[in-house]
Formats: sequence, structure tokens, C-alpha cells
Amino acid sequence: MNLNATLFAQLVVFFILAWFTMQFVWPPIVKALDERAKKIADGLAAAERGKHDLELATKRSTEALREGKEKAAELIANAEKRAAQVIEEAKLTAKAEADRIVAGAKAEIDQEAVRAKEQLREQVSTLVVAGAEKILRREINAQAHADILATIKQDL
Amino acid sequence: MEETLIMSTAGHEAAANAPTAGEYIVHHLTHWNSTGHAQKNVIDFSVINLDTMIFSVLMGVIGLFVMWRVAKSVTSGVPGRMQAAVEIVLEMVNDQAKGIVHSAESRKFVGPLALTVFIWIFLMNSMDFLPLDLLPSIWQTITGDHHAYLRVVPSADLNGTLGMSVGVLLVCLYYNVKIKGFGGWVHELFTAPFGSHPLLYPINFAMQMIEFLAKTVSHGMRLFGNMYAGELVFMLIALMGAAWSASATGVSLFVGHILAGSIWAIFHILIVALQAFIFMMLTLVYVGQAHEAH
Repeated sequence: MNLNATLFAQLVVFFILAWFTMQFVWPPIVKALDERAKKIADGLAAAERGKHDLELATKRSTEALREGKEKAAELIANAEKRAAQVIEEAKLTAKAEADRIVAGAKAEIDQEAVRAKEQLREQVSTLVVAGAEKILRREINAQAHADILATIKQDL
Repeated sequence: MEETLIMSTAGHEAAANAPTAGEYIVHHLTHWNSTGHAQKNVIDFSVINLDTMIFSVLMGVIGLFVMWRVAKSVTSGVPGRMQAAVEIVLEMVNDQAKGIVHSAESRKFVGPLALTVFIWIFLMNSMDFLPLDLLPSIWQTITGDHHAYLRVVPSADLNGTLGMSVGVLLVCLYYNVKIKGFGGWVHELFTAPFGSHPLLYPINFAMQMIEFLAKTVSHGMRLFGNMYAGELVFMLIALMGAAWSASATGVSLFVGHILAGSIWAIFHILIVALQAFIFMMLTLVYVGQAHEAH
């Protein structure tokens, strides 16, 4: 254990090695370690966020499902109501139509009856006039007695 | 010194006789230095230990090269095994640094410094795991000198460990001045720990000087002592195996070598890692103290 100049040489080597580590070894590795720590922290945060999002989505989908069911039930109810209404309306329309047809037919019948009566009256009056003519062949002036004939026609 | 004399005389006889236990250990504890022979004086700054320099620089370069390779291809995605391993060490050092040095600005230098210290000392200490005579014998074969010195554990050289602890001291002084300002630091030198009173100034200053000296010396000595002692125990164990023979004592020595060698090597794994960790932690603590105003 003698002391000699090795001490100073070792001192210089010591600082050169420390300088080298400080310059070329330490910074890149520490940087990588910090980066990795940040990556892991980010990953964990993302996972947490994903979990939260999933929870929200589940809640939203349940909500949507419930809403959809409600809406469908409402639609069905409305449709049923509407169908009943349509049937009711159709019934009314059909009845009205039927009434109208019946009324039409009645009117036509009446008209027909009136016309037939008129015709009949015409024919009867003609027949009567003809009969009367035959009876009173010479005496009767159709023009002069037209009003009488009309009155008779009326009464028939 | 006396040992060198013994060594040189032993050198002549080496071809015929194996070295004695004392010779073996002294030889293994002598550095290959710039003079080519063992250092004569306890302190001689004209000498430099080549083996310590070569192996410590080699360990530093290997350690940093591996980490640099990882740092170059580092990804913030899924890491490979090598990257994960480096990340574990770096994260460990960074966590300790965050707990002790509270200034993020200082940590930009102190963090890498602590990481370098940990990796470097760990690798230097790990040189102890190589078979004791492996590299020295290879070296002796290469040089052709059967008495060439070579010590392969740079942290078992006081110069190596004190060099690092003095480096830590310089960093501490730098941060003392940077954080507190030169005036503030000088003020602290004279007023802490006992308080601000003219009579207490010299005592405070003396305490501070002793503190700096004690910190630095104990910092370097602790690592050195552990590794030196560890190396020495490996040498003693190696001597057991070296003394084996066909007799009952010889065989039991051989078995003892295997047993003790295994136990000590396994225990040494703990010491290698622990001492590297302790040196790193003390580096952080001392630098952290430099940030605190008394």
C-alpha cells in the first residue's frame, strides 16, 4: 500500500468516466424510462376512460331500448285506435251510402210511380175523352170544353 | 526494502525452488509500476502503477461501453433483457440519488456520477473472482519474466480508491461553493458545527477540516481495506492448495483449499456488490451534505 501518482491518474479517469456517463449513457436511458412511465400512465388513463365510456354506452343503450319499447307500445296502441276509428268511419260511410242509395231508389220509385200515374191519367183521360167523344160525337168541341176536360183530368 | 531483497534472491532460485509462502504473498501484493521494480518509498509521486491504471480503465471502458450500447438503442417500448438490466441498476441509483440529493439540477451530474461509481467499482472488485494466478501467469508468460509483477484488482490499490474518494471530495467542494456561494461556505467553515462566536472559529474550522479529511480517507480506505483483505484471504487459500502432497496433511490441505476457496468466493460476491453500493451511497451522502446549509 504505497501512495504514488496512480492516485491522480485515477482521479482524472474517475471524472472522464463520470462525464461520459453524464453525456452519453444517463440522459437517453432516463428519457426512455420517463417516456415509458408516461406511456403506462396514459394507457391506464385510457383504460379508465374506456371503462367509463362503456358504462355510459351501456346506460345509453338500456335507455334507448326502453324508449324503443315504449314507442312501439304507443304505436301499436295508436294503430289499434286508428283501426277502430277507421272501421267506425267505414261503417258510418257505408250506412250513409246505403241510406243514400235507398233514398235514391225510393225517389226514383216515387218518380216512376208519379210518371206512371201521369201516364195512366193521360191514357185514362184520353180514353175518357175518346169515350165521351164517342158518346157525344157531334156535340163536343174539344177546344171549347178543354178546360172542363182538364178539370176532369185533374180529378182523375 | 527488505521484501525486494528477498524477492530478488528468490528470483535466482525460482527455477529450482518454489517460492515460500511469504514470498508468494509479497510478490502478489507488489504492483507492476513505471519503474519496473517495487516502489521503495511509501509515498513517491514519480511512480505510477501501470497494472492499476490498465485494469481500472479497462473495467471503466467495458462497463460504460455496455451501458452506452444500451443507451444508443434504448426504447421506451418493451425493453430487451440487457436494457432491463441496465434500467434496474440506473433506476436503483436514481432512486437513491433522489432521496439524498434534493436538487434536480445537481442530480443531472450526481446521478450519472453515482451510476459510474457503482458500475465501475463493481467491475473492478469483480476482478477478484478471476483465479488468483491466471492473469499474472499469462502476463509472466508474455513478458518472459517469471517474476513480473501484476495486480489485477484496481480497487485493492489504495491509489485507486483514494483517487476516487478525492474525486468525490472535489465534487463536494464544488457543490459547497456552488450552492452556498464562496462567502457562505467560508462562513460555514468557521461557524458550524458549534456556532458563531469568535472563540469558536478555530475549533469549528479544525472540526470541518478533520471532517473533510476523515470522510475522504475513510471513503477510500473502506473500499481498499475490504478488497485488499479479500485478495489476501484468496492468497492464503491458494497457499493451502499449493502445499498439497500425497500425504494425509497434503490431501486435507487440498480439500481445505477447495472448501475455503468456494466459501470465500461466494461470500466475496456479497462483499463486491456491497462495497460498490456503499461507495456509491457515501458518494451521494457526501454530495448531499454539501447541499445542506448548517
